[in-house]
Parts: sequence; structure tokens; C-alpha cells
Amino acid sequence: MIMAKPKPIEEIINEIKGFDKILVAGCNGCVAVCEAGGLKEVEILASALRMYFGNQHKNMQIDEVSLTRQCDKEYLAEIKDRIGSYDAVVSIACGAGVQFMTEMYNTKRIYPGVNTCFIGVTEEKGVWTERCQACGECILARTGGICPIARCSKRILNGPCGGSSNGKCEIDKDVPCGWQLIYERLKELGELKRFEEPVSPKDWATSRDGGPRKLVKEDSQI
Amino acid sequence: MNYPVGIRIVKLPCTGRVAVIHLLKALEKGADGVFVAGCMEGDCRYQAGNLRAKKRVAYVRQLLQSIGMEPERVAMYNLSSGEGPRFAEISREMAEKVRQFGPNPVKGKGVRKEKAA
Repeated sequence: MIMAKPKPIEEIINEIKGFDKILVAGCNGCVAVCEAGGLKEVEILASALRMYFGNQHKNMQIDEVSLTRQCDKEYLAEIKDRIGSYDAVVSIACGAGVQFMTEMYNTKRIYPGVNTCFIGVTEEKGVWTERCQACGECILARTGGICPIARCSKRILNGPCGGSSNGKCEIDKDVPCGWQLIYERLKELGELKRFEEPVSPKDWATSRDGGPRKLVKEDSQI
Repeated sequence: MNYPVGIRIVKLPCTGRVAVIHLLKALEKGADGVFVAGCMEGDCRYQAGNLRAKKRVAYVRQLLQSIGMEPERVAMYNLSSGEGPRFAEISREMAEKVRQFGPNPVKGKGVRKEKAA
């Protein structure tokens, strides 16, 4: 899922302080799972903002809504009748949600309330780590199910590099070397022979290097 | 055994049930301070409820600091259910601390909330 973390509240306050009526909009998708932008976080942010502006003697209305998802029009449409009455929205969905809301309600100012971080997994309650960089051409079949693009700091395709030491990456002693993980995994699988076949340079056109991406599934279209 | 008359007790089966929003709502609705009275650390019937509450209290204190309110308006205390006199003592201590800060600045302020979707 897509991971995000709350922006410092001071940053949000600074963006909205000039308005009188604000809607804090959450997303019950990915950002709810990583406890950054779901229903609970909407309640917390809105309550904190109300207290802050109350303290500032500012007569401000701050309301709350939490949508099933902000990356689908039908859920964004749920606020179409009421969004007109707000001066601005603080969306605590991921960057995709914030932008889609902006596109749908282009006369409104939509401010992000979280920093979108990465595609990852829940390691344990309260701990999330990166697993995928959405490069557009998955090579996990060749690397024992461990992604060198996401797990190697250099994103190299033929590792490990000289910065690997005792299974850790040179950038941080707490970061496992992605290629060490791949080596151990392939060893377990009896597939170490794969290291004898260097991987050809990757076509990064399917990644961000090819510009903003689009996916069309014709049989799904109406 | 006396404790200040202004204290309102909200009973919960375990402080592990205390969520961040509960503490914030109490303040937003005008409480001058909130303290969570949990069991002694290591004595939680549900293993770690009081430790979870401790983290949530710490989070709320940070948040209060960020919005310019005294973090000490929220506190966590640990005591056993048999310590009535200690509860009264903590209540007096908290009330005195909050009295020094003055009334909750949010109380009666004009920030509104209407129900959206």
C-alpha cells in the first residue's frame, strides 16, 4: 500500500490560517492503514486545528469527512454538494488523492495534510517499510522475490556493491543490503547460478524516466 | 481521601482503550486538564494497555506543544486500584498544576464544527 506520514501541524496551520471554513478530508484506503490519513487521523487533526484557532480567537469552522477512497471519482463525488461552502480542504490522502480532488473540484484550494512516502508493507504495528518503486517492469522472478530496485540503495541490477558489509548497506547500519538478501534467498532456493548471468541494463522508460504513466485496460472500459 | 469536586471520572476497562482523540476531545470541549490513571507498569491485566496509553499521552502532549497549549494539561499516572488515597493525591496534584496554567484557553471559543458527509 501507499505509505504517508502526517505533515507537521504548523505547516498545515500556515496554509489555512487565512480561511474561515475548512474541511479536513481523510481517505480510508492506504493512508488509513498506515495511520496517517484515515477517519481517526481526520478527527485528531481537525480537533487540534479547532483548538489552535480557538486559542487564536479566530472564528473558524473546521469540519470533518472521511471518504472510502480519494483516488476514485465516485467517492470524491460524495462531497460535491457540500464542498462549495468551504474555503479550502485539507486532504490527508496520498498525493494522488490530493491531486484527484483538485482536478474534480478545481475552483477549491486543496492542501495536503500528509507527506506521501512510498509503496510498502506493515512490518509490525506502527512500522512500515518500502518494498516497491513501481518501476513498471517487475524483475522479482529473477531475484528470488526481493526487489533490488526498492531494497538496494543504489538500485543496481548486479549486486552487491562494495558498500555491503556484514549484510548491511553502507548508508545505514540498520538497512539490510538488498543484494545480500537476494543472495541468501537464491542460495536457499538453490538458484545461485543466476549470479553467473549478469542482468542486462533495465529499460527505465517504464518507470518515471518515461514521464507520467498511464494504464489502460480496454476490456474494463465502458 | 478527598479529591477536587471539579474532576469528572470516565471509567474504562483498561487505559489501553484510551485513544488520542478521547484526550483531545476532553480538552476541545473545555476540560482544563486530563489525566489518565492506569495500573502500575507491569501489572496490566491485558499485558500492555497502560504502556499503550502512556505512548498516546506522550503523543498528545507533543501535539499540544505544536498548537501552543501547555503539554502538561495531559498526564499519565500509574497506581493500583486499591490506592484510593493515592488517587485523591494525584487528583489534587493535577488540579493544582492545571490551576497554575489557568483555564483552558479553548473553552467557549468560537471554533465550530458541523457534521459533514
